Amino acid sequence: MNDELAIRARGLSKHFGSLRAVDRLDLDVPKASIYGFLGPNGCGKSTTIRMLCGLLTPTEGNADVLGYHVPDQSKELKPKIGYMTQKFSLFGDLTVAENLQFIAEIYSVPAANRKPRIDELLEKYDLTEQYKQFARTMSGGQKQRLALACAVLHHPDLLLLDEPTSAVDPQSRRDFWANLFRLAEGGTTILVSTHYMDEAERCHKLAILDHGVKVADGTPQELQDSTGMIIVEVLADDPYRAQTVIKRIPVVASVTQLGIRLRVLIPESVGDALELVDRNLRKQNITAETRIAHATLEDVFVAVTLKPEQRAA
Amino acid sequence: MKSLSRLMAITRKEVRQLRRDRLTFAMIIGMPLMQILMFGYAINTDVRNLKTAVADEANTHLSREFIAQIGETQVALVQQRVDSVADLEELLRTGDISIGISIPPDFDRRVIDPNRAAAHILVDGSDPTVLGVANQLRNMPVAFDSNRQEKEHSAIEVRPYYNPERRTPVNIVPGLMGVILTMTMMIFTAVAIVRERELGNLELLINTPVTSAELMIGKILPYIAIGLVQLALILAIGDLLFDVPVRGSVLDLYIAASFFIAANLALGLFVSTMVSTQFQAMQATFFLMMPSILLSGFMFPFDGMPVAAQYIGEALPITHFIRLTRGIMLREASLGDMPFALIYLGSFAFVAMTAAAMRFSKRLD
Repeated sequence: MNDELAIRARGLSKHFGSLRAVDRLDLDVPKASIYGFLGPNGCGKSTTIRMLCGLLTPTEGNADVLGYHVPDQSKELKPKIGYMTQKFSLFGDLTVAENLQFIAEIYSVPAANRKPRIDELLEKYDLTEQYKQFARTMSGGQKQRLALACAVLHHPDLLLLDEPTSAVDPQSRRDFWANLFRLAEGGTTILVSTHYMDEAERCHKLAILDHGVKVADGTPQELQDSTGMIIVEVLADDPYRAQTVIKRIPVVASVTQLGIRLRVLIPESVGDALELVDRNLRKQNITAETRIAHATLEDVFVAVTLKPEQRAA
Repeated sequence: MKSLSRLMAITRKEVRQLRRDRLTFAMIIGMPLMQILMFGYAINTDVRNLKTAVADEANTHLSREFIAQIGETQVALVQQRVDSVADLEELLRTGDISIGISIPPDFDRRVIDPNRAAAHILVDGSDPTVLGVANQLRNMPVAFDSNRQEKEHSAIEVRPYYNPERRTPVNIVPGLMGVILTMTMMIFTAVAIVRERELGNLELLINTPVTSAELMIGKILPYIAIGLVQLALILAIGDLLFDVPVRGSVLDLYIAASFFIAANLALGLFVSTMVSTQFQAMQATFFLMMPSILLSGFMFPFDGMPVAAQYIGEALPITHFIRLTRGIMLREASLGDMPFALIYLGSFAFVAMTAAAMRFSKRLD
C-alpha cells in the first residue's frame, strides 16, 4: 500500500443481476486531496462509494481504504471514515444538538470532549442558532451542514460524500465547498460524487464514470487538455438551423446549444475543423461567427461519454 | 465499555423519539385501556336475557307455570307470544328472537310421558354461544307439583374453582394481558428497523461502529419498560373496575411478563429484518396476531383444539404466558410450579433475538 494513497482500488466491480453497476474500476485517491466522481445518475457513483465503505460487497476486485482491506476489515475501518448519504439520514425528530450528541456517543467520543466538540462544530458550520431546532424543520442547506458536521465529528481520516449538494442552493454549495477545502487542508481525504460540472472543477482530481466504467481521470486541467477534440464555438443568428446543418456533417461528434451559442466537438484527427464548419454554414447561407474554444469540463464530459464510433470520426 | 455506551446511545435516542411521537405514546396507554374496557364490559360469555317468544298452544295452568319458570332462569326473556311454530320460525329467521318456545296442545299429557318431549325449544344455532346457553334450559324439570324439583338431585355438581361467580372478566383479563402485550410489543418493534430503513437513517447507522447486537438490544430496552407499564395499567384497571384478583405473587407476574415481553420484542425485530416497508411489517404482525388470539387458549379452550392447532399454539409465546398469568393470578400458583412455560419464553426470546441480529447484516446487499 502506497503511503501517499488513501484509497487504492483495482478491478472493483459490482453486478446487480445482469446489470454491471460498476465495472472493473481502478482508483487511486491521494491523501489529503479532494477527489471527485463525476457522472450522470445511475453511473455507479453511489455504488462505488458504498463498496469503499463496506456497505456493499464487491462482486470482483478489491480495495484498500486507509490501509484496510474492504469489505473484510470494514469493521476496523468504520471509526476512521465519515459518510454523508445522498438522502438526509439524520433523525428528523431529534434536535440538531441531539443528533450531534447521538453521533458523538455512537463514535465513543469521550464524555469530556463531547460538549466542546459539539460547540465547536455548531460554531464552524453556522448552526449555533438552530441547535434546539428539530432536524426535519431545517432548510436544505442547514440539513446539509448538519450532515457534514455529523460526518466529521469523530475526526475521520476519510470523508465519503455522496452527492452532498444535490438539494441546496448555489450559495450554500459555495459555503459547503469552502468547508471541504478547509478539511482537506487539515489532512482529511475527501471523496465526493457530483453531477455538477462547477463542483467537479474544484476537485484536485476527478474520475468520470459512465455506465459503471471509468472513462477518464486526472486533474481537471489534464482532462481539459486531453479531450482529443477540437471545440468550435458557433454564434449564429438562427442557432436552430445552424445546429441542423452542423449535425449533418459526418465527422462532428457532438453539438450542444448554450443559449444562442453552439459548441461543436470535432475529433482532432479531422484537421481543419474550423474551416469545415464555416464551409458548411456558408453553403446553407447561414451567417455565423465561429472560433476555436478551450475545452470546459462539460466538453470533456461530452467527449468521454461519446460512443467509440463518434469519438473516432 | 464502548459497547455499552453505544447501546445506551441507541436506547436514549429511542426514548427521545418515542417521547415526541404522540400517537405512539397515546397507543401505549390507549390500546390496553380500550381493550380491557371492551373485553371487560362488552364481552360476556355468561349470557343472560336472550330474546324469547312463546307459542303456547296448550294454554293450561301447567304450561303457563312452565313459561314463568323459564323466565325465572333469567336465561330467556319472554318478550312475545305468538300462535304457532311457524310464527316462531319466522321470528327466528328475521333475528327478532334467539329462542322460541313451542308448547304443543297436548303439553300436559306429554309431561307425564317419559318417552316424549313435553315442549320444543327452537334455538338460533347460528350463534354458538346462544346454543350453549339454551342447552341449559333442556335440563329444566317440569312437573305438576312444583315442589318436587327441589327433591331432585343431579348426579354431578359442578363447582367452578377460582372463579365461583363465573364472571367473564376474571377469565378474560389474565389472557388479555398477553394479547395486549403481543399486539403493542410486536407492532412497535416490527416497524422499528424498517422505519429507519425507509427514512434512510439505517444507511447512516450501519456506517457507524455500532454493531447489530447493540442496535437490536438498544432498541428493545425502552419497550420492555413500556410493556411493564402496560401490565401495571391492565392490573390496575382489572382490579378497580372488574375486581380481577392477583392471588399469587405480583413479583412472579412481573418476572413472567418481562420474559414474555422480551420474546415478543425479539419476534418483532425478527419480523422487522424480514420485511422492507412499514406496511409489510404491519401485515406480518397481523398475520401473527390471529393465531395468538385464537390458538393460545385465550378465546377457546386449548384442550378442544385439533392436535395440529395445539402444536401451533404451543409454539406461540402467548400460550405459555397465558398459562402463567392464569396460574399466578387465579390459581395462586408460583413460577416454580410452572417452570417449563418460563423456560420456553426465555429460550424463545434468545433464539428470536439471535436470529434477528444474524439476519440484520450491516450491509446493504
